[in-house]
Amino acid sequence: MVTITEDRVRELLWSVSDPEIPVLSIMDMGIVRKVELADSHVLVTITPTYSGCPAMDEISSDIKKRLAEHDIDCKIISVLSPAWTTDWITQEGRKKLEDYGIAAPLDETADKKALLENERIVRCTNCGSTNTVMVSQFGSTACKALFKCQDCLEPFDYFKCL
Amino acid sequence: MSQQDKEQLYQYLLLLGDNAMILGHRLSELCGHGPSLETDIALTNISLDLFGQTRSYFQYAASLRDESVTEDSIAFLRFPGEYRNVLLVEQPNTDFAYVITRQFLFDNFHHLLLTKLSESSDENIAAIANKSIKEVSYHLRFSSEWMKRLGDGTEESRQKIQEAVNYLIPYAGELTKTCEVERSIADRGIGIESGSLTDAYWQNVSTVLKEATLDMPEIGWSQSGGKDGIHSEHMGYILADLQYMQRAYPNMNW
Repeated sequence: MVTITEDRVRELLWSVSDPEIPVLSIMDMGIVRKVELADSHVLVTITPTYSGCPAMDEISSDIKKRLAEHDIDCKIISVLSPAWTTDWITQEGRKKLEDYGIAAPLDETADKKALLENERIVRCTNCGSTNTVMVSQFGSTACKALFKCQDCLEPFDYFKCL
Repeated sequence: MSQQDKEQLYQYLLLLGDNAMILGHRLSELCGHGPSLETDIALTNISLDLFGQTRSYFQYAASLRDESVTEDSIAFLRFPGEYRNVLLVEQPNTDFAYVITRQFLFDNFHHLLLTKLSESSDENIAAIANKSIKEVSYHLRFSSEWMKRLGDGTEESRQKIQEAVNYLIPYAGELTKTCEVERSIADRGIGIESGSLTDAYWQNVSTVLKEATLDMPEIGWSQSGGKDGIHSEHMGYILADLQYMQRAYPNMNW
């Protein structure tokens, strides 16, 4: 029998994908906050990206299902504090987002520039142009805004800074 | 926590949750009916945020009662007089100008309130506020931008948004009117008296109205009663819609 370790559980969690952005693992998203081993089960602490994120129930059941496949019994705790931030998305996750066609949240330096100049620079995921405009702050899901490229004219999603 | 303290906290959580739920419901009515695809999506996104916040408050509230009380029973099984939302959020979606003005008047208050609640001595409320404020910053920006776009837009858009402002301003006063529940909760450092936000609130509102080239109506007498459970005629219709499934099929689950 394989001994359950925290690392083993984390490894399994890497294969649980975000229901709304299937190319990303919930680990990439920074949704999993803690993994603890208890006597008879594993305790997984998760946090929602947005208060109303409709994916939370699905994520919980996906985690349970994945761990159950390896005979691991788990309990899920959902916490709000500290509040999730886009900074928790891994570098690898950002790259996967871009490849998937969703512009990743701007890094801090870019955001400061955006504050000063009152506009954000978001690179088109299709052609790479920075000549883009925001169409709407609210996109196809709570965590995304809708942008349009002025050069290739393609619309694309941008993962909002939170 | 003493029984009385628990009850006060419970009532305070209803006060916070009901505003979010009823406004969330009003916005959800616009799903598929927004004036453009982008605004439709934006308004329903805001609705979803508000429902998420509502759930956080109601889950916490339910934990203070026995097991027969759940977030769903709090949301769906109360009578009109037991809802503590302000009258502003139950006002109908008359037209886009009314929708935006109602949102703008609420968002300004909501943002100020959450800023204070993020320092609440109650760690659950502080956590909910810290989470929600990030979302509400986006709501406030959205509604403020539309106030400016419509106010400083065409002759027709200006006339319509001014009409909505004139109609809804008398409902805004209730937001910053301290009620009994708030008084007791403020003493314990858990929440605040909304009255303490009055100056900051009107300052923020009038700044945006000015930028939007809109006239600020004189703030005099204001409509109130919602916080004490006395609602406008719209509330019954909202609840008939909102509670239909639970009343028709008790204990049904999704």
